[in-house]
Amino acid sequence: MQEITPFHTAINDLAGLAAGIHKNSGKIIGYMCSYAPEELIYAAGFHPMRLFSSKSDISLAENHLQAYCCSLVRGVLEDSLAGRLGYLNGMVFPHTCDSIQRLSDIWRLNTNHGFFADVIMPAKLNTPSARAYMKDVLKKFQTDLETAIGHSIAPEDLKASICLFNRIRKHLARIYELKSKFPSIIREKDLFAIVKGAMVMDRKELADRLENIVQRLEQKDPSPSSAKRIILSGSICDMPDIYSLIEAAGGMVVADDLCTGNRWFEGQMDEGIDPLEALTARYADRAICPAKHSGNTLRGENLVRLAKDHKADGVIFAFLKFCDPHAFDFPYMKDFLDKAAIKSLHLELDDQQQGQGQLSTRLETFIHMI
Amino acid sequence: MTDTEPQKDKQKIKAAKRMREIMTAYYMDAMTARENNKKIAWITSGGPVEPLIAMDIIPVYPENHGAMIGASKMGEDLCVKAEEMGYSSDLCSYARADISCAQINGGPIGGLPKPDMLICCNNICGTVLKWYEVQARHFKVPLFILDTPVCHTEYSPEIATYVRRQIDDYIVFLETATGRKLDPDQMVQVGHLALKGQKLWQKVLTTTTHKPSPMSAFDAFFFLALIVTLRGTQTAVDFYEELILEMEERVQAGISSVPHEKYRLLWDNLPVWYQLKWLSKKFSDHNACLVADTYTSAWCSSIKYIDENNFLDSMAEAYTRIYLNNGVDKMADQVLDMIRLYDVDGFVMHSNRSCKPYSFGQMDIMNIVREKTGIPVLMLEADMVDPRSFSLSQADTRIDAFMEIIKQKG
Ligand code: SF4
Ligand code: SF4
Repeated sequence: MQEITPFHTAINDLAGLAAGIHKNSGKIIGYMCSYAPEELIYAAGFHPMRLFSSKSDISLAENHLQAYCCSLVRGVLEDSLAGRLGYLNGMVFPHTCDSIQRLSDIWRLNTNHGFFADVIMPAKLNTPSARAYMKDVLKKFQTDLETAIGHSIAPEDLKASICLFNRIRKHLARIYELKSKFPSIIREKDLFAIVKGAMVMDRKELADRLENIVQRLEQKDPSPSSAKRIILSGSICDMPDIYSLIEAAGGMVVADDLCTGNRWFEGQMDEGIDPLEALTARYADRAICPAKHSGNTLRGENLVRLAKDHKADGVIFAFLKFCDPHAFDFPYMKDFLDKAAIKSLHLELDDQQQGQGQLSTRLETFIHMI
Repeated sequence: MTDTEPQKDKQKIKAAKRMREIMTAYYMDAMTARENNKKIAWITSGGPVEPLIAMDIIPVYPENHGAMIGASKMGEDLCVKAEEMGYSSDLCSYARADISCAQINGGPIGGLPKPDMLICCNNICGTVLKWYEVQARHFKVPLFILDTPVCHTEYSPEIATYVRRQIDDYIVFLETATGRKLDPDQMVQVGHLALKGQKLWQKVLTTTTHKPSPMSAFDAFFFLALIVTLRGTQTAVDFYEELILEMEERVQAGISSVPHEKYRLLWDNLPVWYQLKWLSKKFSDHNACLVADTYTSAWCSSIKYIDENNFLDSMAEAYTRIYLNNGVDKMADQVLDMIRLYDVDGFVMHSNRSCKPYSFGQMDIMNIVREKTGIPVLMLEADMVDPRSFSLSQADTRIDAFMEIIKQKG
């Protein structure tokens, strides 16, 4: 589908994409976590851009982070220290895991990308005091941004930003919905490109492009598919190969519980209420990440529901090695799936890892078995 | 048999015996809590224990238990069991050991007494949040989380309000769990004792500014247990008063921890529990004494925020601003202060695979220390409980090389 080409172009040349944004006098603020309040960043006139590791060899980051740190955190630091993130005009660190927590300090002490802010979100989300704090933190971040730009963010601008992100989320959700209904409607690598592209491209252009894709997909008359229905669950999944390998092995991704997927774009914000209230509600109520707390079994229940709703044949857990929050949840989530008679496979990934052979064998075996 | 033995006896700290008795009594109390109609709360090492003491709830510390597991060299076995349950070998070994121990009642004391409730304060790490969720599912008991946002650069008004509100939530949680009200007078009393205990602990630790040092960090690792588990009790206060007296006597009598102390070192991160003896001897053979450490001093690092007359209000700040919950640069400042205070010749950093918030950022601290003080820094790769991450021969060579540099400088 030619509508998807710009997404592939964008994710294959992030520096080029950034240069284009700079040319239109845009300023780029990077982030690494789906709790980054993009709506505020955008309303302040910045371009929010999710960072992924370029997966280059680690050498400079060795002087700051030991080898038992996840490859995303080490990789992005390496990119910064090696000068590959020269296009950043700032960085924001929402509080997530212990590794990101320390990366924020190391970043503040060793890099120089202009704007810097910690958005120290609560770790628990299910109490009134936590929600009140969440709102305070968003307000503080808004003030930080306003100090940086030298004027306040107009309420209309924030509202417009919320509406734009709602549009983006709505289209992404619709694409996922169609994908689940007609798995063959879109290739796995294209789905990957759309989601990743959505985290880096110009948001206005993005909203329009997504709308076009939805329109095109709705006109399509997809052929029925006998592929196995797969759900991906985990942290970031920045490996296009996984998507292609799943497809090659006879599977199709029909839904996900990923930080770079559904968890990031699910849910709409209330456009009729105070914007900060709306932001608070969304970030507190969206599908949670394992670094946050909202009940002891919520993620397991969510995953089982997701699997049932999408009639999944199997779930593939995909985590980065050394990722504590996901590794802690894995045994219990697997247990929940086992009890619901849903088969699962656990992949431990490393951004730097080569060698698809083994991965592909494991995926094939799993998909044939389910 | 040899003529060094009387000397050795003299070097032993007498209070150790008393300390063992207190800890045994404490665990006995916890083990028989049910028969005595007492409730048990499991709580994280940096957690706000004072309200529990004030409400006569027995606090039990899985991390202290983890240390016991490590010291009794049962860590590997229990960690492997957790891995068989599906927990990655990259997770904190305290958590791994505790999670498997809870299933099989293993470990040096046959498992901890079952909790009636769980209290988790994330001022030390995000690991405890996940770990306590695991235990809440396993034991099916209520979990309270005191969420203390990290102070990267400041203790902001937003954080202050949030944590203070949670102290109220905490009290309500405890009152619901026990069906009793917190007695405010009792709380004041416990607050006083907690602060007093922490000040005394600080005083114990600073006795090592004396040259030669009457005790070492290895002793501190041992004597720490009371300020962790019995903070807020008269027992802890009495014990540390006694210990200080003994330290003063040792100073008077010129008894030192390392017989011919020549070099003084600072330790960073958790102890390597299963190699304490070896490490202590290793450094001692080089006439080096680990006079202080960043770990045991964490339990008195926020004394300055506590207001004795307003304990509940001030504990929000005190619990949020502990050592590990600060930014790396703040941690480095504290390390620099310690280097000056204890007048050390070298800095030994334990790069601890288990503990990401303690270990990531260490290299930056190392660079800051090198730059600002010029003292040699050694980084040892290990893990506090899981011996599979430690190579004795490698550590041996590296410590020798490090001490060589210190000797040349000195
Ligand atoms: S992959 Fe895991 S450890 Fe790495 S940044 Fe994400 S949550 Fe943290
Ligand atoms: S050792 Fe580190 S990761 Fe483990 S519980 Fe303690 S602070 Fe947390």
